[in-house]
Amino acid sequence: MTEDTITSRNRANIVGDFLWTIGPILLALLLTTLALIAIGADPAKAYATMWNGAFGSAEKLSSVMDAWVPLVFCSVGLFITFTAGLWNIGIEGQMVMGAIFATWVARTFDLPAEILLPLIFVGGALGGALWALFAGALKVYGRVHEIFGGLGLNFVAMGVALYLIIGPWKRAGIASTSGTEPFRPAAWLPNFPGMSVGPIEIILAIIALILVYLALRGTLWGLQLKAIGKNIRSAFWLGIPTSRYMLGAFALCGTFAGLAGAEQAVGVWARLIPSISGGYGYLSILVVLLSGFRAPLVPLVAFFFAAVTKGSIALPLDLQIDSALGGVLQGMIVLLFVLSQGVRSKFR
Amino acid sequence: MRLELKHIHKHFGAVHANDDICLTIESGTIHGLLGENGAGKSTLMKILSGFIRRDAGEILLDGGAVAFKNPAEAIRAGVGMLHQDPLDFPPLTVLDDFLLGREDGFIQKRARALADLEKFSRQFGFDLAPDALVSALTVGERQQLEIMRLLSLGAKILIFDEPTTGISLPQKIKLFETLRLLAQQGMTIIFVTHKLQDAEDLCGKVTVLRLGKVTGEVTCPFTADQLVRLMFGQSLETRARATVALGEPVLELRDVCVADYRLRLPEINLQVRSGEVIGLAGIEGSGQRLFLRACAGLDQPVTGEIQLGGARMNRRPYREFLERGAVYLPAGRLEEGLVPGLNLTEHFILAKRSTEFFVNWPAAQTCAQTRIQEYSIRGVPTSRVEALSGGNQQRALLALLQPGLKLILLEHPTRGLDIESTMWVWSQLLERRTRGTAILFASADLDEILEYSDRILVFSGGRVARALNAKETSAHQLGELIAGKGMEIRD
Amino acid sequence: MDTTFIILTFASVLAESAPLVFAVIGETLSEKSGVTNLSLDGTILLSAMVGFAVAFTTDNLYLAFFAAMIVGALVASIVAFSSIILKLDQIAVGFILTLLCGDLSTFFGNPYVRKPGPAVPHLAIPGLVEIPVLGKIFFDQNVVVYLSVLLIFAAWWWMYKTQPGLKLQGIGERPAAAFARGANVNAQRFLYTLIGGALVGFGGATYSLFVKLGWSYHHTFGIGWIALAIVIFGGWHPIRGAIGAYIFGGLQSVSSFAQSAFANVPTQVFQTAPFALMILALLFVSNEALDRFFSGSPWSRRVWQSLRGTPPGALGTTFEQE
Repeated sequence: MTEDTITSRNRANIVGDFLWTIGPILLALLLTTLALIAIGADPAKAYATMWNGAFGSAEKLSSVMDAWVPLVFCSVGLFITFTAGLWNIGIEGQMVMGAIFATWVARTFDLPAEILLPLIFVGGALGGALWALFAGALKVYGRVHEIFGGLGLNFVAMGVALYLIIGPWKRAGIASTSGTEPFRPAAWLPNFPGMSVGPIEIILAIIALILVYLALRGTLWGLQLKAIGKNIRSAFWLGIPTSRYMLGAFALCGTFAGLAGAEQAVGVWARLIPSISGGYGYLSILVVLLSGFRAPLVPLVAFFFAAVTKGSIALPLDLQIDSALGGVLQGMIVLLFVLSQGVRSKFR
Repeated sequence: MRLELKHIHKHFGAVHANDDICLTIESGTIHGLLGENGAGKSTLMKILSGFIRRDAGEILLDGGAVAFKNPAEAIRAGVGMLHQDPLDFPPLTVLDDFLLGREDGFIQKRARALADLEKFSRQFGFDLAPDALVSALTVGERQQLEIMRLLSLGAKILIFDEPTTGISLPQKIKLFETLRLLAQQGMTIIFVTHKLQDAEDLCGKVTVLRLGKVTGEVTCPFTADQLVRLMFGQSLETRARATVALGEPVLELRDVCVADYRLRLPEINLQVRSGEVIGLAGIEGSGQRLFLRACAGLDQPVTGEIQLGGARMNRRPYREFLERGAVYLPAGRLEEGLVPGLNLTEHFILAKRSTEFFVNWPAAQTCAQTRIQEYSIRGVPTSRVEALSGGNQQRALLALLQPGLKLILLEHPTRGLDIESTMWVWSQLLERRTRGTAILFASADLDEILEYSDRILVFSGGRVARALNAKETSAHQLGELIAGKGMEIRD
Repeated sequence: MDTTFIILTFASVLAESAPLVFAVIGETLSEKSGVTNLSLDGTILLSAMVGFAVAFTTDNLYLAFFAAMIVGALVASIVAFSSIILKLDQIAVGFILTLLCGDLSTFFGNPYVRKPGPAVPHLAIPGLVEIPVLGKIFFDQNVVVYLSVLLIFAAWWWMYKTQPGLKLQGIGERPAAAFARGANVNAQRFLYTLIGGALVGFGGATYSLFVKLGWSYHHTFGIGWIALAIVIFGGWHPIRGAIGAYIFGGLQSVSSFAQSAFANVPTQVFQTAPFALMILALLFVSNEALDRFFSGSPWSRRVWQSLRGTPPGALGTTFEQE
């Protein structure tokens, strides 16, 4: 093949990629619009409300970033497990466990912010990693598929969080599911003035993404992980310690999920709440699928999903439409995208 | 039933797998279809039995033209095929398997099926327990089950695809007896094989295929040399092997016992010296794979000691075996050797087992290019392994082996390869051997074993016989040993 | 504990496990043919919502159950289309559908939250209900419960006593061999996936119209995942799967007693207990150590194999005629 044909084919591919991406999105929007009409709502108003909810003001934009940060962290982790051929659905629980560990650190140590905050993140990473290792051990040593192990552990982690919030860590006098006592100010992640998001978490998320992207592409470890994901028996034959690598992939993914959980605890809520993970773990699986496993697209896709999620919160208040509309839109897009990929490769 | 095939053509991409094939077979005869791997025998038979469609040509049964859309239509018309790996259901019982696919109503008619099964069993002297699991049967017994099943569905033309590959000598004798009986009853038997001896023993007429074309048809009596010339286009000469001075002991097994859930091979003692080639002969599944995997550290021996270069290796992980220069080449190339989805360059990087952290892609690419040329793999560094042909995959696997190995363990190194690739594979292996690598290989092909081995280990009936000197062993002797004759004496 | 109490407990376990039984049998059929429908949790939510909404608006229970079955079959048809025809990753599509159907149920179910609605009426079977002990357990229920019990045996009969059922096993075990014996593998897989989905949908409606009346946010609380796990636990066998569902239901009622004993532990914590149980159950049937333990003699191996069952050989793979 000559250079010329390669470039022209690439160009055709880029156009094709674009059409095959935009098509499903438009179709999903159409279906979502039909859903709105079906319940008697005005689609234009609904989309306008969502837009305003996401981008209407600087505060609203910053709340979109509140969701963007954990989505990127979790997606980064998922790239590692997906590369190793693992479905880490347990990521939601790993986020919760990260938040729990972070909360414990925040409640236990009375230290200046410069020391306490890093410590909190280390704690969160540790919590997420341990919880992921649990699912990994169930898979590697107990032969329980990671979907069931991870999913079960999600519910358990949420149970633990709830128990702590109502039990040992309840607010003085009242046991309420609204959360623990707010952390001491030293454990608050500094924000941009007047906003709920700060520079630290955004920079950390981008650094994590770049590091993992480069590591998966450029290192022997990344290649070995890829081999495991494609064919574990051949990988073993090639001398790769498969069990250890799979456990490592789980632990690393859990680390990032734990960071996301810790960030939510100290950066957004300043306490532990029962739904601290906010469904971002599950959502990030959709983010990775929609990005077509291309890491550079993740910030963009995550931003879109974060905007939809946050934008739809305004729906019930303003229009009495359920905020699940956001989830419907996200799910539709990813479903149709994946299906269209299948159609494309079948009829190419 | 009289069968006529007229001008059959079949293409797979650029490959002309069947090129204008004409063939007539009278009922009541056993007709051999002989050819190398890749000659187009299986393709032709799959067309005849409805598994694949022909591109052009005509099939006539008793003079009437037929076109089968699927195997079920073929069997309804009386054409049944018995595959090399019988197409049955291992987790089901014999009776369930026999029932599956019968077209006699909605409710399972177990009593009637059982009566049928017993009728055929009596007729041919088969002995299968109806409630045994198919997975517990030997390949020979599974063939018997398939024969009975196809007959019960009304097959008049029976195609046997390489039926003698995985079965023991007594089972083979039994199979031939059955085939002759079937022919006597007026059935048309097509016997597909690449083994001259089998064709000579059984067939009244043999058609030879080569590279998708009919190269000739001979009627009994015929000579092996005639067939060879038709199969290969020339007579094959056996080349003299360079003798290699044997060196230090590489692998030593002392009272090793290997076992899995169904087989236990006790008391294996063996010393392999560098430069030595040892062939493992025996019916498939007699423990050769178990033995090879234990020598590579992939399975643990139950008892005994395995030494590699003088170091005790029991309970050591496979990776340590690799580090000490022992490597195992599995039979399933894309299942347990190569990684589909990765390209050649990536394979070479992984196989190098370097400790570098970052991959130097440009260097790896260059290195891959060299290897590809060295091993004459038809592909480029960015070719994915699943896109390569079987022969090129085997070349790639060999190219993945690092230089300076002490011991190579291979399972069916040339299975499914054409003659050119086969010769190439062996030239590579023998080349390594002159540089001191010891080679242990399992093969179902006796000729391969006899041609390349210095010593031969026979696996039979749950035992491993003491190693034979290959120079003093004839094919006949080996065949008898494999079938279980004389194993006791040699121990 | 007196006998009336025990009888009532058994009767309530039988009744409350009904949705789970429908879902487990439905998924067993689908997986037996070789297709994993991982979307179960979403399917159940959506069909429970649709079932209740239809019953609420039309007051027609037949229509409600029918609509729920259609929803289940529709979702399953996406799974079947994507896995059989497009050969996409069954896990990916199933997971996306789980989330999407969950959100759809919340979105469309919003107007029906906490509304009182119709329920499947009680229907004791005259005569049979008089049988001591058993009558009260088995014949003092409603039509849906009777159907759930009948379905178990119907599925068993279909799979092990009929020719099409035998072919179903073949398709899931070795599609190439089933094809050689005249099965239209992909059409059959499609069909069984749809039927399985419809049964799951029926289970969903059973939930909202009988076991836990009405509709609320994430009303069925993860029961679809439990059903998926029980299919594995039951070794892909309808009767053993149903037993798994009943054991699970029994443990649920035990835990509700335990809950009253530990009043200071919040109920939400108890809600997570089924999932811990799910992990333990899967650990039990797939553990290597137990394999080794039971592999000692051929006899114990056979017993163990029949206890745990093996997945259909071709589960999750695709088939294409040469």
